[in-house]
Amino acid sequence: MTEFVFFINQVVISGAVLGCIYALGAVGITLIFGILRFAHFAHSELMTSGAFFAFLLAALFASWGVVTPIPLGFVVLPLAMVLSAIFALGIDKGFYAPLRQRGARPVVLLIASIGVTLMVQGLIRLFFGAGSYSFFETETKDVFRIDTSFLGSTRPLVITEPQLLMIVVTLVSVLALHFFLTRSRLGKAMRAMADNADLAQVSGINTALVVRVTWIVAGALACMAGTMLALDVTLKPDLAFNIIIPIFAAAIVGGLGQAYGAIAGGLLIGFAESLAVFNWTMVLRPLNAVLPEWLQLPATLALVPTEYKLTVAFVILVVVLLVRPTGIFKGASS
Amino acid sequence: MIQRSLTLFAGLFVLILVVGWLMGLPFTSSRLVEAAAYSLIALGLNIQWGYGGLFNFGIMGFLMLGGFAVTFISYPINPQFWGSDGPWMLGRALIAFAAGALLVIGARKSERIGIRGKWKGFVTVLAWFVAYCVYRSQIDPAAAYIEANAGFVGGLGAHPVLGWLFGGVLAAGIAFIVGKIALGLRTDYLAIATIGISEIIRALIKNMDWLTRGTLTVSPIPWPTPLPQDYQATGSDMFSSLLLARGGFLLLALLVLGAAMWLISRAYAGPWGRMMRAIRDNHIAAASMGKNVTARQLEIFVFGSVLMGIGGAMLVSFTQIFDPSSYQPINHTFLIWVMIIVGGAGNNWGAVFGAVLIWLVWVVSEPLAKVIFDYVSFWSSNAGWGAIPEIESRSAQMRVFVLGLVITIALRYAPKGLIPEAVRREG
Amino acid sequence: MALIELKHVVGGYGGAPILNGVNMAIEQSDIGVIVGPNGAGKSTTLKAIFGLLKVTGGTIEFLGENVVNSLPDTLVPKGLSFVPQEKNVFTSMTVEENLEMGAFTRRDDFSETMAWVYAMFPVLAEKRRQPAGELSGGQRQMVAMGRALMSKPKLLMLDEPSAGLSPRYVIEIFETIVRVNKEGVGILMVEQNARQALAFASKGFVLAQGQNRFTGTGAELIADPEVAKSFLGG
Repeated sequence: MTEFVFFINQVVISGAVLGCIYALGAVGITLIFGILRFAHFAHSELMTSGAFFAFLLAALFASWGVVTPIPLGFVVLPLAMVLSAIFALGIDKGFYAPLRQRGARPVVLLIASIGVTLMVQGLIRLFFGAGSYSFFETETKDVFRIDTSFLGSTRPLVITEPQLLMIVVTLVSVLALHFFLTRSRLGKAMRAMADNADLAQVSGINTALVVRVTWIVAGALACMAGTMLALDVTLKPDLAFNIIIPIFAAAIVGGLGQAYGAIAGGLLIGFAESLAVFNWTMVLRPLNAVLPEWLQLPATLALVPTEYKLTVAFVILVVVLLVRPTGIFKGASS
Repeated sequence: MIQRSLTLFAGLFVLILVVGWLMGLPFTSSRLVEAAAYSLIALGLNIQWGYGGLFNFGIMGFLMLGGFAVTFISYPINPQFWGSDGPWMLGRALIAFAAGALLVIGARKSERIGIRGKWKGFVTVLAWFVAYCVYRSQIDPAAAYIEANAGFVGGLGAHPVLGWLFGGVLAAGIAFIVGKIALGLRTDYLAIATIGISEIIRALIKNMDWLTRGTLTVSPIPWPTPLPQDYQATGSDMFSSLLLARGGFLLLALLVLGAAMWLISRAYAGPWGRMMRAIRDNHIAAASMGKNVTARQLEIFVFGSVLMGIGGAMLVSFTQIFDPSSYQPINHTFLIWVMIIVGGAGNNWGAVFGAVLIWLVWVVSEPLAKVIFDYVSFWSSNAGWGAIPEIESRSAQMRVFVLGLVITIALRYAPKGLIPEAVRREG
Repeated sequence: MALIELKHVVGGYGGAPILNGVNMAIEQSDIGVIVGPNGAGKSTTLKAIFGLLKVTGGTIEFLGENVVNSLPDTLVPKGLSFVPQEKNVFTSMTVEENLEMGAFTRRDDFSETMAWVYAMFPVLAEKRRQPAGELSGGQRQMVAMGRALMSKPKLLMLDEPSAGLSPRYVIEIFETIVRVNKEGVGILMVEQNARQALAFASKGFVLAQGQNRFTGTGAELIADPEVAKSFLGG
C-alpha cells in the first residue's frame, strides 16, 4: 500500500497540479487564438507579471499587518487578476490593435507578441533582478499529511495548501468559464466570433467589445495560473517562460480555439509528464523479493530521465499533429 | 533604393567607428567577428522566412548543433576514451539503435504480413517501446562508463573549418527530419513545433555528458587561424597580436559570408528564386501549376539551416568554449528574428545590415544602461532618494527590454524593414 | 419618404470602384430584387449599404438619415439586417444560440420575436438544440434568415438566398420571403434565379458594370424584351 500512496503523491497529485497550471494558461491562449487568430506567445509573460502583481499586493498587505488564515498571495488574487486584465488590455491597445487596424497578417502579430515577451520580461528583470522570491517569507506553507496507515501504508498522503487551493480554484474557474460561455450574452458572442468572425460582425455583435472581453478573461486566468504556480514553487522572472511549450502543446493538443479542449489538453500533458518521469522501481520494488538475482530492478526505472521532462509535452504534440492535426477536440485545422 | 541602402550602411560604418572609439579596439574587433557570424545566421533565417515564408523558432537548436559539431571535430583526441572499453560499448549502442530502427520500420510495414488497422497501430507503438528500451539498455551503461573513466568522448583533432562544414551537414540532417515532420503545418503550429525541437536538442546536448561534457563545458577549442599567442610567440606585442589574430579570423568569416551571399543571390536571381517567390506569395496557385511545393520548402528549410549550423560553429570556434547552458531562446532565436525584421526580410543586404546593427545594439545596451543607471543613481542619491541597488545585474537585463522595444517599433513603423525586399517584375 | 434610398453610390474595395453610381429606392412594403450578370456589383451593393466596404461617393439614406459607411453594429439597431450568401450560420452553435446572436443588439426581451421566427420556420423549433452545422442546406438558410429577423429589422437584405438549394427549397425560401414581407419587413435581395425572383418582386433593378441599366416592377422587367434578351437568357 505504501507504494500506491507514493504513486498518488508522485503522479496523481503532482500531475493534477501541473495539469491545472497548463489548463489555465492554455485556455487563455486558445481563447485569444479563437478570437484574434494568432498564437499569443507573450501569454507566459501575462502569467509571470500576474504573479508579480499578486506578490506586490501580498507584500503591501503584509506591510499593513494583514494576517489571513490562507496564504496572502491567494487572498489578493482577485485584485491581482483585475490588474492583470487591465495590463492585458493595455498591451493589446499599445501593440496588437494598431497592427490589426493596419490589416497585418496573424504571423506579424505572432512576431509582435515575441517583442512583448521580451519587453515584459526585460521590465520584470529590471525591477526584480534575476533571483527568485517566495510568497512564504513570513507565512508558513501548510502541508497536509494525511495518515494512510489504516490502508496499511507507512507513508502519508502529502498535499500542500497551495496545491489544494489550486485544484479547487481551477475547478471553480473552469465551471465559471463554462457558464460564461454557454449562458451569458457576451460569452456566446465570444463563441460566435470564434466560429465565424465575419458573420458575428454582420449580426451586429460589437467585435471590439468581444476582443476586450477576451483579453480580460485571458489576462485574469493567466494571472491566476501564474500566481498559483508561484505559490506552489517560487516566483522568478522566467516562471512561465519555461513552461510555455507545454502550455502551447496543451492548447494545440486540445484543438486551438476549443476552450474545453485546452483544459483536457492541459490535464493530459500534466499527467503525461509526471507519469513519464515517475520512477517505477519505487512501486515495483516488492517484486525484487520474487524476481531472480539477475533480473533485479535497477535503482531508477523511469520512462524518461527527469532532465528530459520538458520534451514529453513536445513528443505528445508531434504525435497528435501527425495523427490528428485538428487536435482532440477538432479545433482550427492545418 | 540603392542610395537609401548606401546611406544606411554608411551610418552603420560610422556607428562601428563610434563604438570602436568608445569601447576600445579589442572589444570592437571581437564584436565584429561575432557580427559576421550572426550575419551568416541571419542570412539563413532570411532564406527561410524572407524567401520561403517558413517560420523557424528553433534557431537556437541549429546553433547548438553547429557548436557541438565544431567541438567534436576540432577538439583534440581524448586518448583515455579511445584506450578504454568506451568505443566498444558505444558500438554496441549503435547496433542496438540500428536494431531498434529496423524493428520500427518493420512494424510500420506490418500490413504485408496481414496486420492491419488497430493491430498495426498497436504493433507500431509496441515496436517503438521495445526499440527505446533496447537502446536505453545499451546506451545508459555506456554513458555511465565513459563519464566515469574518460570524462567524455573528446574530439577528432581535425581542422576547425572541417568542423564548420560538419556543423552545416549536421544542421542539414536535422533540418531534413524536422522539415519532413513539421513543414506541412500551419504557421502557428510550425512556430511551436520548431521551438519544441530546439528545446529537445538543447536538452539532449546539455545532458549527454559522455558526448558533449554537458554543463562542464569544453574548452579551449582551437581557432582555424593563428591565435594571438601564436603571434606573440613570434615577437609581436599584446595589442597588435590581438588585432592581427582577430583580423585573420574576421577575414575568414567574411570570406565565408561573402561566398554564401554570392551563392544565394545567384540562385535567387535565377529560375529557382522565381519559383521560390511564386510559392511564398501564393503557394496554392504555385501548387496548381504543378510545382512541388513541399519539396521546394524542404529544400529551403534545409539550406537556411545549413547557414545557421555554420554560423553557430563559427561563434563557438571564436569564443573557444562550448557551453550548452549558455544557449537561451532570447539570445539565440529571438535576437536573430529581430535582426531580420529590422533589417528587412527578403533582402540579403537587409539581413546583414540588421545583423550587424542589432548585434551592436545588443552588446552596447548593457554598458550604456550601466552608464545611465550610474548617472541616475548618482543624481538620486544626491537628491537624498538613495542609490539604485544592483546596477550591474539590472543593466544586463536592460538589453532584453531594448530588444523587445526595437522589434515592436519596427513592426509598427517599418514593417518591411529598413532595407526592404526589392520588388521584382516577374515576366 | 422611402425606407431606404441610394443616390448615385460609388464604391469598392480600394482600387478601381466596382459601383459607379447605383440608384435605388425601397419602401417597407416592397420586395426589391437586384439581377444582372456576374461582376455587375449586385452583392457589392448590399455590402456597401451594410458598411462592409468603402463608399466614396453618393448617399445612402435609411429612414431619411444618411448612413454611408456606418458599421453593422450601428445599422442593426436602426433596423437593417443582412444575410450573407455563404457561411451564414454559426456552425458550432445551436439553432437557438444562432437566433440569440441575431438579437445581440437588443437589450429587451426577445422571446416573442423568437416565437415568431419559430412559427415561421417550424422545423427550426424542432431542432433548436442541434448545432447549426448539422443541418441541411435549406435548413441552414432558414437559420440564417431567422437570425437576421431576430433584430426585428425594417429592411432585410439577402444575398442569393436560393444559391445551392434544390428546386423544392428554392420555392419554399421564396414563399417565406413573401410571407416575411407581408409581416411588414422590406426586402432587398440579389438573385441568380432572376426570372423566378422577379415574378414576385414589386421592384426590380438590373445592374451592369456597377450602374442601373433598367428599373421597374418585376413584371415590367420580365415583359421588357431587351431585359429578357440580355439578362434573363432569352
